[in-house]
Amino acid sequence: MLTDLYVFGDSPLHRIRPGVKILALVLVCTLLFILEGWPMVSLGGALVALCFALSGLRLRHVVAALRPALWILLVIFLVQTYLTDILFASFVVFRFAVLILAATVVTATTRTSEMVDGILAGLRFAPSWVPKNQIALGVSLCLRFIPLVLSVFQDVRQAQRARGLDRNMIALLVPLVVRTLKTADEVAQAIHARSFD
Amino acid sequence: MAILRAESGSLLETRDVVFIALFAAIVASLAAFPPITLPLAGVPITAQTLGVMLAGGVIGAVRGGLAIVLFLLLVAIGLPLLPGGRGGFGVFLGPTGGFLIGWIGAAFAIGYMTEWLWDRLNFVLAFTICILGGVIVLYAIGVPWVAFVAKIPLWTALTGSLSFIPGDIVKALIAAGVIMTVKRSYPIIQPRTQADSAGRPGGPE
Repeated sequence: MLTDLYVFGDSPLHRIRPGVKILALVLVCTLLFILEGWPMVSLGGALVALCFALSGLRLRHVVAALRPALWILLVIFLVQTYLTDILFASFVVFRFAVLILAATVVTATTRTSEMVDGILAGLRFAPSWVPKNQIALGVSLCLRFIPLVLSVFQDVRQAQRARGLDRNMIALLVPLVVRTLKTADEVAQAIHARSFD
Repeated sequence: MAILRAESGSLLETRDVVFIALFAAIVASLAAFPPITLPLAGVPITAQTLGVMLAGGVIGAVRGGLAIVLFLLLVAIGLPLLPGGRGGFGVFLGPTGGFLIGWIGAAFAIGYMTEWLWDRLNFVLAFTICILGGVIVLYAIGVPWVAFVAKIPLWTALTGSLSFIPGDIVKALIAAGVIMTVKRSYPIIQPRTQADSAGRPGGPE
C-alpha cells in the first residue's frame, strides 16, 4: 500500500529539488486562475506537454491521472454547455486537465522520501513558533503507523468474520479505533520514557 | 505528561502528536475499507469521510483537525491514500479539491461540538453533530469551491452535490455509533467546559 506514485526515471525534471517543483506548480496554478483565458491555458497546456515529454511519462500516465476526475469533468462540461456555450465549457474542462496534469508531473517525478526530506529541510527556515520537532515526529509516526493500522484492521476483520459480523461497520470500527488509541498511549509512554522532548 | 507540557511549553504534548499520527493513519487505511453500497440509491460510498467524522468525535477538535491536515499532507506529497489509489497534488486541483480541504473544517467542527456537549452526549446528539460538521460545514467549503473553479452557479453546484447526502447520512449514523461506543470504552476527549474552568485532569496543576 505504501508505494508512492513516483515513476522511475532520470530526466532533468526528476533531478530538480522538490521545493522548486512545488513552487513552480503553485505559480502555474495561480497564473491559470489570474490570467484567465485561452492564451494562458494553451501556454500552460504546452508547458505541461513539454514536461511530460521531458520526464519520459507515457500516455497511460495521462489517462491514469485524468480518469478519477473524468465523470465529474463530463458533468461540468455538460452543465457549462447548457449554461453558456461549448467554447467556454471546453475552456473550463481543459483548464482542469492542465491543472491536474501539471500536478501529476510533480508527483510522478518526485519520490515521497524526497518530499519528506524537503519538508524537514524547509522546516529549518520556519519561524520559531512552528513546532518543528512535533511536525517531524507526526509525519514519521504516521508513515510507520499506516501499515500497523492496516494489519490491526485485518486482525479485527478476521475476528469479526468468525462471529459473522464482518459486514457490520460498527463492529469493525470500534475495535480498530480502541486498539489504535491504546497503541497510541503505549507509544506516547515509550517516547516519553526515552526523553524525546 | 504534565512534565512534558511544562518543559516544551508547546500547545501539543507528545501524546497528542501520537494521537494525531495514529488517527491520520486510520483515515488513510479506511481507503482500503470495503465500500458499502446503498440499497436505495446504488451510490457506492467510501469510508474515508467516516474517518473524518471519527477524527473529530474521538480525539477532539484540535487533534482531529490536525490529524486530517497530516493525512492531506501525506496525500499531497504523493502517497496514494485516497480511494482508488489517488494521491498527489492533482487531487487538490481537481474540481472536488474543496471537499478535501473541507475535511479539516469538518473534523474541527465535529470535535468542537463533541467536546462542548461531551457530558450529555447521546446517540442523537452525536448523529446531529456529525451531520452539522460532516455535511453542513463540509459542503459550505466544498460547494463554493466547485462553483468557483468550475465557473458554475452556486445553486447548480449545490444540487449536483445533493446525491451524496444519503451516503453522508449513513456515515453519520455509523460514526455516531462508533463515537458513543468509544466514549464508553476508551474516552480520550476531555470536556471543554471542565477544561476551561478546572484544567485538564492530568494536565499541569
